[in-house]
Amino acid sequence: MGRYVIRRLLQMIPVFFGTTLLIFLMVNVMGDPIAGLCGDRQCDPATAAQLRSEFGLDKPVWQQYLTYMGNVFTGDFGTAFNGQKVTELMATAFPITIRLTIVAVVFEVVIGISLGVVTGLRRGRPVDTTVLILTLVVIAIPTFVTGLLLQLLLGVKWGIIKPSVSADPTFDELLVPGLVLASVSLAYVTRLTRTSIAENARADYVRTAVAKGLPRRRVVVRHLLRNSLIPVVTFIGTDVGALMGGAIVTERIFNIHGVGYQLYQGILRQNSQTVVGFVTILVLVFLAANLIVDLLYAVLDPRIRYA
Amino acid sequence: MPDTTALTKSTDVPAEAQTPAATDAGPAPGKPRSLWSDAWHDLRRNPLFLISMVLILLLAVMAIFPGLFTSASPRDANLAEHYLQHPKWGNFFAPDWLGYDVQGRSIYARVVYGARASITVGVVVTIAVTLTGLVIGMLAGYFGGWLDTILSRITDVFFGVPFIVGAMVILTTFEERSVWVVILSMAFLGWTSIARVARGSVITIKQADYVVAAKALGASTTRILTRHILPNAIAPVIVVATIALGGYIAAEATLSFLGIGLAEPTVSWGIDVSTAKDQLRNAPYVLVIPSVMVSITVLSFLMFGDAVRNALDPKMR
Repeated sequence: MGRYVIRRLLQMIPVFFGTTLLIFLMVNVMGDPIAGLCGDRQCDPATAAQLRSEFGLDKPVWQQYLTYMGNVFTGDFGTAFNGQKVTELMATAFPITIRLTIVAVVFEVVIGISLGVVTGLRRGRPVDTTVLILTLVVIAIPTFVTGLLLQLLLGVKWGIIKPSVSADPTFDELLVPGLVLASVSLAYVTRLTRTSIAENARADYVRTAVAKGLPRRRVVVRHLLRNSLIPVVTFIGTDVGALMGGAIVTERIFNIHGVGYQLYQGILRQNSQTVVGFVTILVLVFLAANLIVDLLYAVLDPRIRYA
Repeated sequence: MPDTTALTKSTDVPAEAQTPAATDAGPAPGKPRSLWSDAWHDLRRNPLFLISMVLILLLAVMAIFPGLFTSASPRDANLAEHYLQHPKWGNFFAPDWLGYDVQGRSIYARVVYGARASITVGVVVTIAVTLTGLVIGMLAGYFGGWLDTILSRITDVFFGVPFIVGAMVILTTFEERSVWVVILSMAFLGWTSIARVARGSVITIKQADYVVAAKALGASTTRILTRHILPNAIAPVIVVATIALGGYIAAEATLSFLGIGLAEPTVSWGIDVSTAKDQLRNAPYVLVIPSVMVSITVLSFLMFGDAVRNALDPKMR
């Protein structure tokens, strides 16, 4: 187990550096980080040169990347061009987005898995077909459409929620945005659980459990569900990273000042330190979530052992 | 490590597995149908497939010949006469059928002309991504060893970049954001899932007896890859690609909605939704109509992909 974790951590290192290098190149080489600083006008050459040397942009790219990474490991993510420390932006943005992601994952787990179990056990029946078509429709509606429509109906027309949330939103303010963020994944979780349950429902161990006279509830929850959850857990695990990065749309619609908001502002203003910094953290979250998922396999299925 | 991107399992067995059932139902008794004709046999009877086919054909015609659907121009703005004029639901297919937007442009015309950008982006990105992913996945899966290690790590690296964020970063660097720039930015980041599926599929196929036999008979690597591996490994790739197509259309609309995808004067549903959100309170139809259009389009391609998956993967039945 310990050796497995160490091997996985070692494998993550090249992926971590590769991804951060890629995003660093995309931001710094393809775009001109100075371009956004003087408004829509071209910067005056002398100012531009001064800014370049101030931010170290006159050095070769690999050197810039190494300097940046060196700073990151000492906890210095640089300053955004407006003078604020990127770490300060992170300290306000991440708690909000983490709350939003928790709400979304809870929706995925509770609604998605329940619907999946219900439909998987009744394959081919009207409930199953209806839910299956509904999930397709939900997957087809892009997040920005779900978000705007729910905002229009619940917020503007019926006044059930406030159309936008406060500066430091609580969990209950984030219920609707969380549902919007979760919607597409929720439908995927339902479909995955359904397929997995339906496949395992015919397994011998289920028949044995039923033959032993175990109550149906126990058969479904302890035997069937536990064995069917592996693909679902895999999906939810990888989704955590995607949700945090994908919150950009949801956060924009409900005016939530989280990671997505900072990334959006950073990209629009070509604020490279902000963008690279936030994406670096997102990549770390993504890699960590993947590792945790792999370790969860052994919990769900004791036959899986890590050497 | 299990592959998380493939929602389906490899489908290289059904050809043999299906033969007993196929022989008594098929047109030529005794002659087993191939995976592909078996899939086609199923598809023709699937109502979801037929509905999605009709919708996709309609959208394709709309994208190629928008003039067939409306005589109005999507760029004719008449503020004096048509500012936010509400829809006349009875005037089917007339320019004022779905009302006018904040610039006095016919929403019906904009919805019709918007199909071209969406469909082009969806189709071209899917083709580009499938070709790139196939080549990388096949090389990694077939040759293994250090090539596999390098290509798989590169795939992991691209997979780790959040899709919308990455596409936005690339797009901001372009002054003119045409359809092709949007396609490029999405294809640059999107090929990873296809590469993973193709790699997995090739790894199972390359141990098959017919591949070993072809090698023993001295067939060249190119011939083995194109004639033996590719046709047998492609089914799961096609499934993932058809389902992804809908996703790319949604992604284009999302990028345009965020103001970083397509830009005027290109007519795009995403741009229209984005401009309409300022009128959310007094004219919600301006927002709802293009939104519904995006959703219907994505849904058609998803239903299509779902039907193809069910036909190619008999385990789901």
